[in-house]
Amino acid sequence: MAISAAEGVAFDPDAPWRLARSVALRPEPFGALVYSFSTRKLSFLKSKVLVDVVQALADHPSASAAVAACGVGEGQRATYVKALADLARSQMIEERTSVPPTTRTLAAGPCTEAE
Amino acid sequence: MTAVVPERPVGGRLIDQFEYGLDAPICLTWELTYACNLACVHCLSSSGRRDPRELSTAEAEAVIDELQRMQVFYVNVGGGEPTVRPDFWHLLDYAIGHQVGVKFSTNGVKLDRARAEQLAATDYVDVQISLDGATAEVNDRVRGAGSFATATRALENLAEAGMRDFKVSVVVTRENAGQLDAFKALTDRYGAQLRITRLRPSGRGADVWDQLHPTAAQQRELYDWLLANGEGVLTGDSFFHLSPFGEALPGLNLCGAGRVVCLIDPVGDVYACPFAIHENFLAGNVRDEGGFQRVWQQSALFAELRTPQTGGACTRCAHFDACRGGCMAAKFFTGLPLDGPDPECVQGYGETALAARDAALVTPRSHLDHSHAGPVRGQPTLLGMPGIPAKSCDESPLAGLDLRSGVR
Ligand code: SF4
Ligand code: SF4
Repeated sequence: MAISAAEGVAFDPDAPWRLARSVALRPEPFGALVYSFSTRKLSFLKSKVLVDVVQALADHPSASAAVAACGVGEGQRATYVKALADLARSQMIEERTSVPPTTRTLAAGPCTEAE
Repeated sequence: MTAVVPERPVGGRLIDQFEYGLDAPICLTWELTYACNLACVHCLSSSGRRDPRELSTAEAEAVIDELQRMQVFYVNVGGGEPTVRPDFWHLLDYAIGHQVGVKFSTNGVKLDRARAEQLAATDYVDVQISLDGATAEVNDRVRGAGSFATATRALENLAEAGMRDFKVSVVVTRENAGQLDAFKALTDRYGAQLRITRLRPSGRGADVWDQLHPTAAQQRELYDWLLANGEGVLTGDSFFHLSPFGEALPGLNLCGAGRVVCLIDPVGDVYACPFAIHENFLAGNVRDEGGFQRVWQQSALFAELRTPQTGGACTRCAHFDACRGGCMAAKFFTGLPLDGPDPECVQGYGETALAARDAALVTPRSHLDHSHAGPVRGQPTLLGMPGIPAKSCDESPLAGLDLRSGVR
């Protein structure tokens, strides 16, 4: 099922995703801040589990698999999928088209490759 | 009250989390120099003359390195007039090269065609041009003769160079409050975005605040205008003291000073907020051991500011959640208690408190004043006294932020 969003970015939880390359993630006591260098927007990840999910995206074949891998139960799944859809709409996460990276590079900081 | 630092709650609302501060600021203002070609009457940093102790190029680069390590995503650069620093363009490139985006405020004096083209070709740079009147007549009275022409020439150059998303930054005063629609039209004409912020009694602003701060009736009109036009207009969420009028304005309605906001001044001193240049709000210096990070994370002053307010008159107000007592700097520099109402409290308690001040009260003054000593070319006529460009920080923790993402 694809959740279509305002700006036309459809979120498909069965597709592979990653933190967008122009986005930096900064851990904070409550979760994390994410900042997009291309849209210059700041957003908040308001739980540590969501931070784990976002960081795990790149290591899993689909967003759903990343959610499951972070120990999110069935009952909570929809909430996390909705949060990811919001992040996709605001271009904080992007669909992965290339081969998944073998190591986790996500928390390493801002990437200079603008989209 | 005990000296024990309160425990941060787990989960809950973002505003409650922000009250306890963050590992690094969200809204860091960095004033690069106290030097300025203008002498605006309401300059929040009393700028004019360069300070001989200002950070060297190497020291400024070291600060940028540190901001990169702390993942401060962007800084709001101002002054003084930042572009008069000879290494300004170098520092701009250096910051961008180190993943620290730059939003800078200027009166436009150096933005000729070539610079405008350079900026248009650079990613991660935002420019805002200060303008305090939609007409030369209103603007030049506070910013100085010729300053309207300088600013609009810069706007033209940016527009012609194809720069996108640049801003026109306006401090709302009694004299320009009736020009909001005109500001919007002017800004639209250049394809720019309008940003309006609140006048505070900081720096030379203290000298003109009584005369220039909007009247109660204008505050009400401003609130209505913001509700009607809010979508396309940036405010730094600086008008949250108006939220008790009714519907809350977008944003967190929280003073971010020392929690998510701070200032690094030209000599490296770190203050809780760009509008709070006073010894009481000085947390340390980037030249101290441990640098900026240590000041931000460990200073006693910031720890204190990250303690939620539990007492004072405002906590008993029905609107406390909407306005939290307003702006710390506005209270401080008008001599009001920090846990009481904002001088512009929409319930009128601020006016009452101002009227009740002891006649002998001397309002606090900053220990710093870099105002030009002699007359300045094109000096503002409002008071016939010295001044600089008011610049701007996204004063609020949440200015322009997208609050929708995330799991609650
Ligand atoms: S409310 Fe006032 S003191 Fe607080 S961050 Fe904003 S300008 Fe600074
Ligand atoms: S009394 Fe305090 S909390 Fe209430 S509206 Fe006035 S400033 Fe805001």
